[in-house]
Amino acid sequence: MRLELAPRAEVSRIARVVAPVAAFLVAFLIAGGVIWLLGRSPLAAFRVYVSGPLSDPWALQELVVKATPLALIAIGLTYCFRANLWNIGAEGQYVMGAVLGGWLALRTHGSDAGPWVWPAMMLLGIVGGALYGLIPALLRVRFGVSEILSSLMLVYVAQLVLDYLTRGPWRDPKGMNFPQSVTFDPSATLPQLFGAGRLHVGALFALVAILATAFVLGRTLFGYRLRVTGEAPRAARFGGFDANRTTLAVFAISGGLAGLAGMSEVAGQIGQLQPSISPGYGFTAITVAFLGRLNPFGILAASLAVALTFIGGESAQILLKLPLDLTTAFQGLLLLCVLGADALVSYRLQIVGRGGGRPPLPEGEVETAAAVRVRGHGLAGEGATPRPVAPLRDSTSSSGRGGGVP
Amino acid sequence: MTPLEAILLTIVTASTPLLIAAIGELVTERAGVLNLGVEGMMAMGAACGFAAAIGFDSTVAGIATGILAGAGMAAIFAFAVLGLAANQVGSGLALTILGLGLSGLIGAPFVGARRDPIPHVHIPGLADLPGIGRLLFGQDAFVYVGLALAAAVALFLSRSRAGLTLRAVGENHVSAHALGLPVLRTRCLAILFGGACAGLAGVYLSLVYTRFWSPGMTAGRGWIALALVVFAAWRPAYALAGAYLFGAATVLQLHAQAGQIGLPSQLLSAVPYLATILTLVLLSIGRGRAVGAPGSLGAPFVPDR
Repeated sequence: MRLELAPRAEVSRIARVVAPVAAFLVAFLIAGGVIWLLGRSPLAAFRVYVSGPLSDPWALQELVVKATPLALIAIGLTYCFRANLWNIGAEGQYVMGAVLGGWLALRTHGSDAGPWVWPAMMLLGIVGGALYGLIPALLRVRFGVSEILSSLMLVYVAQLVLDYLTRGPWRDPKGMNFPQSVTFDPSATLPQLFGAGRLHVGALFALVAILATAFVLGRTLFGYRLRVTGEAPRAARFGGFDANRTTLAVFAISGGLAGLAGMSEVAGQIGQLQPSISPGYGFTAITVAFLGRLNPFGILAASLAVALTFIGGESAQILLKLPLDLTTAFQGLLLLCVLGADALVSYRLQIVGRGGGRPPLPEGEVETAAAVRVRGHGLAGEGATPRPVAPLRDSTSSSGRGGGVP
Repeated sequence: MTPLEAILLTIVTASTPLLIAAIGELVTERAGVLNLGVEGMMAMGAACGFAAAIGFDSTVAGIATGILAGAGMAAIFAFAVLGLAANQVGSGLALTILGLGLSGLIGAPFVGARRDPIPHVHIPGLADLPGIGRLLFGQDAFVYVGLALAAAVALFLSRSRAGLTLRAVGENHVSAHALGLPVLRTRCLAILFGGACAGLAGVYLSLVYTRFWSPGMTAGRGWIALALVVFAAWRPAYALAGAYLFGAATVLQLHAQAGQIGLPSQLLSAVPYLATILTLVLLSIGRGRAVGAPGSLGAPFVPDR
């Protein structure tokens, strides 16, 4: 007797909405268990992590502030992930956006440059992130280098660039030798939304990005192209969609949005460049994108939910002396649960008795949406030359949910 | 000991964790599974192994715990991608994030603690040979374990029935399944082996390489190990060469930083990462010319899930 997966003939709409919520709850239960193992009360932790921030108006504002970069980056990643391209270097694109935009802030520092400075910085942030995001895309298109590895390696490089600049040429000479730049001028700082609060116009960028993306993905040919490229690459080729152009486009968009996130965080929150400008937003945004099921409005909700773990993590560190790494661990756990729940939306677990094989499935039912979505991704890279294994791949997807299930 | 000898010795130590982790991932990928969680499994191996070594005051217990921690993380991954057919790339990333976070939790009480160096192998006579003696015959045991592992995996893959099964499963799981080969069981074992190797590589970092634990001490080595598998065209022998090449790059940039050669230290720190990208590019240019040559036959077919 053992458990087996069987594809569902129909994927219910309700299950799609329930799955991420269920995943969140499961992750919470497991995290509660871990906290209990650490010798703390899970209930007290829950109060600090969830109820505390949600009942405090100051913390609610902070929630939006933290959700802003997460939503911006995750929205960008949606373009890549929908096309089945794995940009995991958003953290680096975030940093490079802040570097290029920050250059303008430092350049105009002390001059009486007008109010054009911060909008120009935002544009430069987008450009910086997009250019940096285009590197792995170009490497993939031109040389067939796996974008997973190159984009990740570039994160370390970007962080070192920022480290060099803030400790070297861009260090504030009057900064007591602290590795940080001068504080940005008011013209290089993002306007606040409601007077005194911490909420800045970056939150509006995120909202605009969400609405624009909902339109692009749902209503334009480009959005359709992404889906076809991601879910049925061969169909996309036959349809005349240029996979290389799609690759470049989605990396430029996601890099640009990550760069905008980095620039607004620096210009709206931190107010200067320093060696570390992100608590890992670029990586957490991957969790956000999947928790939001690669849907713009889902991502809006997911970014707020995950931002809660950041704020909760900070107060838990102060109030319960629980280390911040717990937040990171929870975010990884959450991503695992979300992906697992995602799979359970398309498959059901069934108990199979010994010797009782699964009846063969009719061809049509095999190709569920998830069977396509979970299509693996070889590190060999497939951008430059069509590989001879392509027919193999097709034979597996048409005959083979059962392939791995004996 | 001459300076050159000292540099060569450190290159061997820096290469060993890369080699061990890459060999493990190589086996996993030859079985058709891409586990991007190497970094997380390594971090867990480093933290758990160090904690156990301090707790039990025993290096052996530390090593065993590190291996188990890596395999335990891999078991979570196996459950997700084999049991639930979850997305491999996403699950691997999640495993890395989870591993980095958990290792921070586990290692936090041990920040600042130090372990004594583990004894080196010393073969009387041979190890005292001038020049190459220490280099070849006086390393710590892990170095030889890493080399033996590479040799064993090479033999296993190319010469054993089980190795053939593993390759068949990785090459085309539909055909393998049709032949009655246990696809899931093979993959599960391959994933666990990869995790155990990553754990061993991690414990090497904390118990031998630095002899202390610090958060984020894996510093992207897990990712470099992943790149090494691509570099090696999924062949153990090339993985060996690649690991030593990357180890050399890491050590030489450290020496360059210490030597004050006038370049910013951050640029030198970026060398291993840039070298990884550059290698992947050069590799694809090289293989691009040799389309159809047997050289590309080693690339595994990474199946749907």
